[in-house]
Amino acid sequence: MSILDPAWTALLYLAAAVFFILALRGLSSPRTARRGNLIGAFGALIAVVTVFLSARLENIPWILGAIAVGSAVAAPVARRVKMTQMPQLVALFNGVGGGAAALVALLELPHAEGPWVRLAIVFTLLVGAVSFAGSGVTFAKLQELMTTRPVLFPGLPVVMAAVLLASVAAAVAVVISGSTAFAVLLLALGLGAGVLLVLPVGGADVPIVISLLNAFTGLAVAASGLVLGNVLLVVAGTLVGASGTILTRAMAAAMGRSVAGILFGAFRGGSTAGSTAVSERPVRSSTPEDVAVLLRYAQRVIIVPGYGLAVAQGQHTAAELAQALEARGIEVDFAIHPVAGRMPGHMNVLLAEANVPYESLKEMVEINPEFKNADVALVVGANDVVNPAAKTSSGSPIYGMPILEVSAARQVVFLKRSMRPGFAGIENELLYEPQTSLLFGDAKDSLARVLGAVKAL
Amino acid sequence: MDGMSLLTITVLAVFVGFEVVSKVSSTLHTPLMSGANAIHGIILVGAIIVAGQATDPWVLAVALLAVVLATANLVGGFVVTDRMLHMFHARKDTSRTGAAQSGAAQKADRK
Repeated sequence: MSILDPAWTALLYLAAAVFFILALRGLSSPRTARRGNLIGAFGALIAVVTVFLSARLENIPWILGAIAVGSAVAAPVARRVKMTQMPQLVALFNGVGGGAAALVALLELPHAEGPWVRLAIVFTLLVGAVSFAGSGVTFAKLQELMTTRPVLFPGLPVVMAAVLLASVAAAVAVVISGSTAFAVLLLALGLGAGVLLVLPVGGADVPIVISLLNAFTGLAVAASGLVLGNVLLVVAGTLVGASGTILTRAMAAAMGRSVAGILFGAFRGGSTAGSTAVSERPVRSSTPEDVAVLLRYAQRVIIVPGYGLAVAQGQHTAAELAQALEARGIEVDFAIHPVAGRMPGHMNVLLAEANVPYESLKEMVEINPEFKNADVALVVGANDVVNPAAKTSSGSPIYGMPILEVSAARQVVFLKRSMRPGFAGIENELLYEPQTSLLFGDAKDSLARVLGAVKAL
Repeated sequence: MDGMSLLTITVLAVFVGFEVVSKVSSTLHTPLMSGANAIHGIILVGAIIVAGQATDPWVLAVALLAVVLATANLVGGFVVTDRMLHMFHARKDTSRTGAAQSGAAQKADRK
């Protein structure tokens, strides 16, 4: 029995779609983001209630049970996950969404009429399966269940091409025959393609793949909406597909890479492999007390946090140091490179968790002209994102990547674990400049010692 | 709904999607990705429809699996995004240097 007539159903789905658009718009500014997300959740609630009231459904107790199970599994995980593990959780949720879309398409196949609907079904099947398997591999890489380096084996491009050709053949067979057996085969090929797509992608590029797969899942959901004739799924999926595409391109641009270069770069010779050689050239090393004096007598300090800070769980100590300096009348900002952390924007989340107000978190374009007015640039656990080689040496693997121009500051202090080069494996000339000093040690320890020394002054 | 109307809606939604996130600050890339991620969990609606029409126990089982996966995507996505955004807060006072004073003043006001 359906309670709602079709007009009301359509109206409520439209309302949900509008809420999703408002949610995405709200998410683009820190002031409105939280409200935006809640609006989105409300839209989702409306949609789920509407489907129960409008369609003639059997098995309702089973469905409610399945919803309860899904919520009971996901909500506690979402509530407890550490902020440093955010990238893998996003990958995981994205993957299960893609998997759900593929399963829905598989089950709709027997009801599909006409080649166009079947075409939408094979698209959902393939893209959903790629997203599911690709996200799974991404999760494994980020959780370090497997190596984070690019995985390559001889003949990988050939295998990939074979899988893609077989997928196309299976897809054509499904569209023509509507056979479930071919659909299951296509699903399996999609899973294989997803794995093969992500395996060759190396550590620092993995987060961009999450964004890309997010867009894929969106498109799969939109296609499933075409299959079911459900406008809400079409709109929501397309929104995510479009926004995910923009986001992926923005992130790739922040790294000075193309999306194709990230996906297939490893085929052309290890761009993210690099060397781990330790240089013997002399550097000026410093003590926590010296760094504290530099900071205490500065008027303007810019802190440049990198992933090393997050690894050392030092974001709270960094925030404390900033507060201690501000209490002494020193202007402190955090300069955030777009790809600092383990996914784009990740460092902002980590610092927000440590109670740094978002006004202090400056984007690269905003802060770069400010470095020349800074007395001290304090680089904590970052290397490649401040490496001038990205601007000067055209042979360098990071050449073209926009960087934070810390070299313009009067003094540059690096807190580093060792002289080992950063993720890209390139030497940083900045370390040997006369205005640079280095404080060796774990980022959190070093910060705590500097903080202690600042307070003692 | 006929195919042409659906196609029209799809194309318009592409433009809306491009438009709403084109001005996003990189500060919020992670929550935006996770929020967009939650939105595609709405595939739950599709999974519920398929499960509600299932008569064969195997079909029902697969459909229920889809419901579980989609719910995890939807609920987990919104919860974790909210948790992240809860942490983003504005500077409480207007002046940079007078943090201590105005903080004390606010406390005094509340009393």
